[in-house]
Amino acid sequence: MRRLVNRRPGTAGAAYLAALPFVLLVAAYLVGSAARLAENPNDKLLPAPSTLGAAIERVATQEDLRSGDIILWTDTAASLERLGKGIAVSAVIGLAFGIAVGLIPYVRATLAPFVAVLSMIPPLSVLPILFIVFGTGEAAKVVLIVVGITPFLIRDLALRVRELPGEQLIKAQTLGASTWQIVLRIVLPQVIPRLIGALRLSLGPAWLFLIAAEGIASSDGLGYRIFLERRHLAMDVILPYVAWITLLAFLLDLALARISARFFGWAEVR
Amino acid sequence: MTAISVRGLWKAYGERSVLERIDLDVDSGEFCTLVGASGCGKTTFLRILLSQERPTRGTVLLDDQPLPSEPEPSRGVVFQRYSVFPHLTVLENVILGLELQQARWLGRLFGAARRRALEEGEQWLAAVGLTSSRDACPASLSGGMQQRLAIAQALILHPKVLLLDEPFGALDPGIRADMHVLIKDLWRKTGMTVFMVTHDIKEAFGLGTRVLAFDKVRRDPQAPDAFGATITYDLPGRGDGAEDGTLIPVHFPSKPARQGV
Repeated sequence: MRRLVNRRPGTAGAAYLAALPFVLLVAAYLVGSAARLAENPNDKLLPAPSTLGAAIERVATQEDLRSGDIILWTDTAASLERLGKGIAVSAVIGLAFGIAVGLIPYVRATLAPFVAVLSMIPPLSVLPILFIVFGTGEAAKVVLIVVGITPFLIRDLALRVRELPGEQLIKAQTLGASTWQIVLRIVLPQVIPRLIGALRLSLGPAWLFLIAAEGIASSDGLGYRIFLERRHLAMDVILPYVAWITLLAFLLDLALARISARFFGWAEVR
Repeated sequence: MTAISVRGLWKAYGERSVLERIDLDVDSGEFCTLVGASGCGKTTFLRILLSQERPTRGTVLLDDQPLPSEPEPSRGVVFQRYSVFPHLTVLENVILGLELQQARWLGRLFGAARRRALEEGEQWLAAVGLTSSRDACPASLSGGMQQRLAIAQALILHPKVLLLDEPFGALDPGIRADMHVLIKDLWRKTGMTVFMVTHDIKEAFGLGTRVLAFDKVRRDPQAPDAFGATITYDLPGRGDGAEDGTLIPVHFPSKPARQGV
């Protein structure tokens, strides 16, 4: 009998195994839903597939009676816009400060402890402050994402910069590079793939902050809709929304991974 | 003519002395090999020549001028590892020095200037035998080829002094012999001054015109860090590379006339 650590599934076997937990989850849902509905046809906790389908059709294809919008798409557009702005701003700030803190000793001495302390502030605890300062409009939600993930990006990128071999920086100087040229030609190109990796890790927190902000004060967005529907226990809308958010997050992660592999192949070789 | 002149050099890290009482004159065009036990300060001496470290006391003159306080193109360097940039192709690595020198803000050349740089880079790739790998990324090269690249990258700026920190220490013996032939040939044709740290005594005598041995002459058993190493032997090397077999002919690009460099 071979050891368990040495036994590997084949390609087809791996695909079946990967599908297994999903199939089990769906099966468990269907069984649970059927059992509850058999006992109480008005049960709202685990709606039947037909009810879910009807709700999806309603939010994805029909205009809302009150606003005239097709709410799934307006919610998605609103949320992705906030998420995109938040991540873009965070990436730019994270890159600029990460490189400065990692590369320049004076900046590091000045800012590294400060950023370390900032990153310990629980971002949701400043959400009320953001609402007071920026109002309950778009800015507060974007700023919450920025506040939530930028300190991590700065610290991660600064670490990555410091991991660059010292020999590289010396060599660049013997080739006549100024500090600015070192940033532009040596550090920045090598840190961008790391930035993409750090952004992938930040997507989870970014969604968390987005949905929290939307749930508390908003008039559209995926998080807003979930919190709104909670009031009348509309699991038939909430469950598809959660699945949709998961799919969007997964696709964003996949896109970043593809970009990294496509444009920064050299970074994967090592 | 004296290229490097060292007077009364000491180097200490806090209480720990590493180098002491070093006086040395090296003529332009010599090939000095630095040998000694691990931790005897030969790499520290190389770093001082590179301006990566500053002497605690004493002076170092390069062509009768005090050594600049930072690394710069008058002294090229090849380390044992990490001397090439993984995000650039082989050819981009070689022309990087030209681009940094000629494009102050972008560090990148375009159009005719870039074509000239690429031409010069190709000549250097030919000189070190890397023409067929010009578009590869360095991670896909063997250790020996990476060192060839690092040498071409350093030499494209025609440094007065080339500093080699155990450049062949991580290579297989066969590859190392090829590298000896290459560096010997390049040294002869450029007439630059070379300092090379090595652990291999045979390599030191085979390549160097001058072998500098570093060791501690004063020892205090109660305080092993009190005294640093100095140059205990200054021997003529064979400097003919004969042990490495026949020289392969290498075509070596001459220094082109460039403005402002």
